Amino acid sequence: MSTGAKGLQQRQNFGVAQVILFLSIAVLVIVVAVPVLLILFNAFWVDGHFNLADVIKVISEPDTYQALINSLIISAGTTIGSTIVGTFFAWLVTRTDLPYKGFMKAMFLVPFMLPSFIGAMAWKMLLSPRAGFINRFFMRDLGFDGPIFNIYSYAGIILVEIMYLFPFVFIQVCGALERMDPTLEESARISGAGLFTITRKITIPLVLPSILSGALLIMLYSMAHFGTVAVLGIENGIFNIPTLIYQRIHQSAGSFASIRTGTVLATVLVITAAFIIWLQGKILTRGHYQIIAGKSFRPMELKLRALKAPLFIFCLAYIAFTIVLPTVVIFLVGGLKTYGLPFTWENLSLNNYKFILFDYKLTKDAIWNSVTLGFSAAVITMFAGVMISYVIVKMKVRGKGILEFLGMLPFSVPGSVIALGVILAWSGKYGVNLYNTVWIILVAYIARYMAFSLRANSAALEQVHDSLMEAARVCGASMWQTLRDIVLPLVKPGMIAAFFLIFLPSLRELTVSIMLYSPTTRTIGVAIYTLNEDGETVMSAALAGIALILIVVGQTLINRFTARKGAK
Amino acid sequence: MSHVRLVNVTKRFSDVTAVNGLNLEIGKGECFSMLGPSGCGKTTTLRMVAGFEDLSEGEVYVGDRLISSPAKNYYLPPEKRDFGMVFQAFAVWPHLSVYENVAFPLRIRKLPTAEIDKRTKDALASTNLLSAAKDSPDNLSGGGKQRVALARALAINPDVMLLDEPLSSLDPHLREEMRFEIKDLQRKYGFSILYVTHDQAEAMALSDRILVMKLGVVQQVDSPLDVYNKPANRFVFSFIGLSNFLDLVWDGGKPVILHNPLHATHGQDDEAVIASSSASSGENIPLTSELTPSEEMVGAKTFSLASRPSEIDFTAEGGLRGVVSRKAFLGEIIDYQIRVGNQELRVQKGRRAPGPERGENCGLKLLRPFWYA
Repeated sequence: MSTGAKGLQQRQNFGVAQVILFLSIAVLVIVVAVPVLLILFNAFWVDGHFNLADVIKVISEPDTYQALINSLIISAGTTIGSTIVGTFFAWLVTRTDLPYKGFMKAMFLVPFMLPSFIGAMAWKMLLSPRAGFINRFFMRDLGFDGPIFNIYSYAGIILVEIMYLFPFVFIQVCGALERMDPTLEESARISGAGLFTITRKITIPLVLPSILSGALLIMLYSMAHFGTVAVLGIENGIFNIPTLIYQRIHQSAGSFASIRTGTVLATVLVITAAFIIWLQGKILTRGHYQIIAGKSFRPMELKLRALKAPLFIFCLAYIAFTIVLPTVVIFLVGGLKTYGLPFTWENLSLNNYKFILFDYKLTKDAIWNSVTLGFSAAVITMFAGVMISYVIVKMKVRGKGILEFLGMLPFSVPGSVIALGVILAWSGKYGVNLYNTVWIILVAYIARYMAFSLRANSAALEQVHDSLMEAARVCGASMWQTLRDIVLPLVKPGMIAAFFLIFLPSLRELTVSIMLYSPTTRTIGVAIYTLNEDGETVMSAALAGIALILIVVGQTLINRFTARKGAK
Repeated sequence: MSHVRLVNVTKRFSDVTAVNGLNLEIGKGECFSMLGPSGCGKTTTLRMVAGFEDLSEGEVYVGDRLISSPAKNYYLPPEKRDFGMVFQAFAVWPHLSVYENVAFPLRIRKLPTAEIDKRTKDALASTNLLSAAKDSPDNLSGGGKQRVALARALAINPDVMLLDEPLSSLDPHLREEMRFEIKDLQRKYGFSILYVTHDQAEAMALSDRILVMKLGVVQQVDSPLDVYNKPANRFVFSFIGLSNFLDLVWDGGKPVILHNPLHATHGQDDEAVIASSSASSGENIPLTSELTPSEEMVGAKTFSLASRPSEIDFTAEGGLRGVVSRKAFLGEIIDYQIRVGNQELRVQKGRRAPGPERGENCGLKLLRPFWYA
């Protein structure tokens, strides 16, 4: 073959690469970068001037200042509590002779599936100062003077968040403890150290990066968390950043002043989140020890002896109290004829469930909206994600650094910020008005879940060794043919994983949808939340019950699917 | 005087017996290796001595002191046994510096600071690590990490050193170097070594005595020379060094070589041409007169003639007749595959020694035949 033909071939590849790169950057810029930039721009740019003094003025208003402080208090408390709970349970199920550890581990991961705002609603039903079932039981039947616990408080919010967020630390620490080379601990033992010393000097320091990284994840999540604070805090005037943004914009129907306060608060969130992500990266790279071994024996198990039974009962009680009880309450309340009636067989029926599934337009629309939105967002994000990951992981082109940065950005942009940015970008100011339509929610979902898709697809693509593609090229396949016949079939499991990683969470999404819904574009999350706010507790619980069933069934299907893939 | 003593040590995992009735005495300052294929129970034995596995039966002593006995419900935990131990995957703690790794066992024993410093530096000096003392072990190569593990084990100056395949994570060149270092350290410090390996060259080079194990049962305990020269059974013969076996039967009171090996793998048609030229196909081959089966073979239905490839000479006349089916030049030696009937014998000769070519007929003289029923 002549050199001329070879040169032509190269130029052609370069063109294809450029098209993919351009498309990838365009997607990320429009969907992710523009909304975030608009927020920063609106926060700092007043009447055509850069204005920092005004930003400080907004922050120092009592309400906004208090919301910042509240976000800090709640996230700090949640982080500390979840880290302790998560690390303790992880240690218990990996390093002791606790009975039924497999079952316990599965149960401790259940809160991952459950939307925390539904949990918060359940706890409201149980522990609201006057009407909560537990408080009423203590006051009416045991003669207490007042409620034993008021869930409308910092402590209440923090405790509920801990119940739903501790799995972040739990799963990280479990993984680290399970993968850790047991000989690292055995060599300390043969050196003369007892189990307590080993735990303190060897085990904890080695898993510390995992603990910290899980803790920071919780902090990030809790800072920007809407649901729990919205359900439990607003009653008592406790606002954090996302709930204040929502309240301001919702009350004033999008006035300039409220948008400005929103953008300033959102900027604070973005900066804090970016700092947390940076810190986490730092901890993971600096403290990432090679502690995984090749051949390994079972790690040492601490014999709990006399503590075995009490700790076992403690774990069961924890699971019953934090997972089973709230779930049961949701389903029971969902079956009541009228809220406030006692739970007797005469008062319970499936009529509410039938009504919201087949007759009630509001909930029927909400379910339809959530399913179609989730499906569309998942499909679009899945394909965009595989394209962008391909550029980041496999292509050697200039400018992919921008992509990596833009791809990482959604990780540090909380949902309420994305929603606000989408409002700024797509409300007609720049020629396209999607406000009050489902399309604006779709755009926001795509922005919010792009990071999930990038992560799943990048992981799948990294498994595809370059030589597999090179072999196809040597066999005469063009770049497109290689993509179609070799790369796509190999990353299909990653794409399917990405689809479900997006579809399922979007069914229960609240933070973004609540900022963008109109009367006809409620999602399941919005419907549950607004019904609850409007005092339709029974309908709201019934819809929450349906949502829980959808989520659990979906998750079970995914687990089946991934387990079968893994078995191959 | 025996230093480490195992009496009737048995270990069962649910339904598998990993170690069965092991009796063993290791002398003071001895280097004792346990050798065997993976799953033979050698690592389990070492971990029982270390205290990481409970015994199902039996007793373990160090000197006169009992350290494990399920019958007496006595068990000294690993941290109280004062052993040094080196693991296959190094097990060097990545969050501590090289110095702190080595000082760890001394700090646990709450020695005075000056004493800790002196002994840590001694151990580091013995393993050529002084210059790396402040480094993180993550910055060291595999060999460096294994030196840290050795120094850490040396720090308390133990009487017994337990080595669990300490060199098998290293590349071959480094492995040989570390072999000598371990031997030198043993001479300097005088500890006894209990060494687990599946690498026979390593065991041969290091050990005073070798134990060969198979499926939890001891096959032979002897010096490296005796294990090689006087293998106790067919398994030891085949496990140590290169080996050849020819299958025989008695035919009218005379030993004959079977035309096909007992567990023949069929379908070697391309070689059949060469095979057919040596013997009329299908017929058993009478054994030459200079090879007489040992007395134990009398009465056995089938038995084997075994020989090391290096202990076979070529003769032009007489001997066991065969045909060269393969000849390979391996550098220092030449490797021949000789067909006798349908059975194969491997012969290795120095590269300067004369030998037949592929396809040629030749005679074989077995210098040191072994007989196994």
